[in-house]
Amino acid sequence: MSETANGGARTQILNGIRHSLRRGALQGAARQAAEQRLATPPRGPAVARAQLPQPEKVALFCQWAEANNATVARVTAAEVPAEVAAYLTRNNLPATAVMAPAAQLDGYDWSGQKMLALRRGRAEGTDQVSITGAFAGIAETGTLVMASGPDHPVSLNLLPDTHIVVLREGDIVGGYEDVWERLRARYGKNGMPRTVNTITGPSRTGDIEQAMELGAHGPRRMHILVVRD
Amino acid sequence: MQSTAHDFKENVGTALSDPNLQDSLAKLKVGFSERRRQAAERLPEFEVLRDRARDIKNHALANLDFYLEEFERKVTALGGHVHWAPTAADARRIIGDLCKSAGARTVAKSKSMVAEEIALNEHLEQLGIAPIETDLGEYIIQLRHEPPSHIIAPAVHLTKDQVADTFHEHHAPLGFTRRLTERNDLVAEARYVLRQKFLEADVGLTGANFLVAETGSSMLVTNEGNADLSNTLPKMHIVLASIEKVIPTLEDAAVLLRVLARSATGQESSAYTTLNTGPKRSGDLDGPSQYHVVLLDNGRSAVLGTEMQDMLRCIRCGACMNHCPVYGAIGGHAYGWVYPGPIGAVLTPQLIGMEEAGDLPNASTFCGRCESVCPVRIPLPGLMRHWREREFERHLTPRPVRQGLALWSFLVRRPKLYRRVTQLANRLLAMFGRAEGRYHTLPLAGGWTRFRDFPAPPAGGTFHAQWARHGGARIRP
Repeated sequence: MSETANGGARTQILNGIRHSLRRGALQGAARQAAEQRLATPPRGPAVARAQLPQPEKVALFCQWAEANNATVARVTAAEVPAEVAAYLTRNNLPATAVMAPAAQLDGYDWSGQKMLALRRGRAEGTDQVSITGAFAGIAETGTLVMASGPDHPVSLNLLPDTHIVVLREGDIVGGYEDVWERLRARYGKNGMPRTVNTITGPSRTGDIEQAMELGAHGPRRMHILVVRD
Repeated sequence: MQSTAHDFKENVGTALSDPNLQDSLAKLKVGFSERRRQAAERLPEFEVLRDRARDIKNHALANLDFYLEEFERKVTALGGHVHWAPTAADARRIIGDLCKSAGARTVAKSKSMVAEEIALNEHLEQLGIAPIETDLGEYIIQLRHEPPSHIIAPAVHLTKDQVADTFHEHHAPLGFTRRLTERNDLVAEARYVLRQKFLEADVGLTGANFLVAETGSSMLVTNEGNADLSNTLPKMHIVLASIEKVIPTLEDAAVLLRVLARSATGQESSAYTTLNTGPKRSGDLDGPSQYHVVLLDNGRSAVLGTEMQDMLRCIRCGACMNHCPVYGAIGGHAYGWVYPGPIGAVLTPQLIGMEEAGDLPNASTFCGRCESVCPVRIPLPGLMRHWREREFERHLTPRPVRQGLALWSFLVRRPKLYRRVTQLANRLLAMFGRAEGRYHTLPLAGGWTRFRDFPAPPAGGTFHAQWARHGGARIRP
């Protein structure tokens, strides 16, 4: 398709909208208001349960994550590798995992887990277990936020049957709005990673008789290690 | 998809006598709607959030051209492409051309009602490209060659046994020879079959719940993760979205997300909410190298500024149909096109014409439950009434109904005559025998008495007569 054809279609739609709204292109005060809204987005009504002190945010995150069928372990940084290995053993899973090539995860001391085979990279169809960090956790709903990038391939969140997530307590925030602020701080006002996945528990479907079943396409199991600061 | 909305009355008859459908619909009353009530009660701010959600969508619609241009600017700046499609045919052509340019043999599709609206699958098949529906519900109905019957649960009309039969028939050639009986086994088998398709697909096509102008992101809400595999594994990601999906900011998205999942399935949050912004970045180890957004109008811009504009606020949660007694009795297929239930009764005449779908707005008791649960407070009964008025004005109403209404209107504007006629009718009915308190048959009322008895008028005359006899006061304005 030529650019001209697309340009014609674009004009047709935009002019159709303006004709229906009985005005030309947005101008004056209305345009300034819309530009202002984009520049400094107003927040919606505050949700009380997203405004708690930090320790209660962490507790609320864990509570909702478990309500949404994830399992949670609260650990110190030193305990992360042992908890990962123990989780795999408890669930009769292979001691082989693909791990996000992230400095945070490499910072843990994996040398004590001789039986655990870790590969760093993206997930392939055959990987059974993935280990990733998380950009943030949302207390309001027990939701994890994953920002894609060289240190966090998206496929790790989706392809393996089991997803192990290492989340620092300090990265747990109240609501979505706090995540948006963090994204703007990290990527700039005009930047976004290719993908931001917000994930609440394992994959599920209600498509057969409205009964929720876990493990539709994404992970069947999600284990979250909440790491004390 | 080919509409059968003009056959609405016949469709209803078929639906009411389908035992599998009636079994499935019975579950709807205790499923989604009960869970929605509980979720709304758990969030004290729910009603305030609904008000804000309505205001956000109204603001976005009043400035739609501005936010669409902003959205396009951001997508382009991050390496994506925006395509404008005034009509369904334009959107089909654009997507077909993109798929051909990618040398696509298969397209992994995540559930999109807009794709149903433009009959995309049929078009791709004509081009020799296989569309693979990956949402479990959509996959089931694709195997059965059926249209979706619900906007968020496309296979809600089917029982588990019907799904088991469908999988048994279609998966046996792939080596799955055992007929399954448990839900989790059915889900696992579909997961395995579809995983292979994901790994082979050349193009991933998804819809969008929202388009965020501030960031140029498409936002997608799912439970299964199929949309995320669709936008991550293939080399090209195409987003198909209608123009009214654009909202200003991420903060606005937060408000809408809080009412969407709760209204749809009663979940606090769906499992996956994903923002996609442009193609893979340098250094990314996965993701598509091309990102395209196709913006579809298909008659929507013409609704702006009219008495019907409120329908464009819809965020496609399905609450109106989950709570509708008519949908609960006849299911989604009877409505004959893509969007069923109260929102379908309002959208369908707009999108495919009143001549085709004029009957749908009549399929309402105006009980008001749809409006009372709509997360963006669309006045659905009011919009259906507008359609009924337009149908009447355009003389599309059947002649007996028009004549009946004309006679009634003639009488009520002449109160003395009206009272005489009702008194006479009352006496006539008494002559047919009031002894039982009801009539099994009645002249001119066969349509009613074929299915139920007609109640006999109470002794003592019409309401007016009784009112006068008991000394009722006359109220003057």
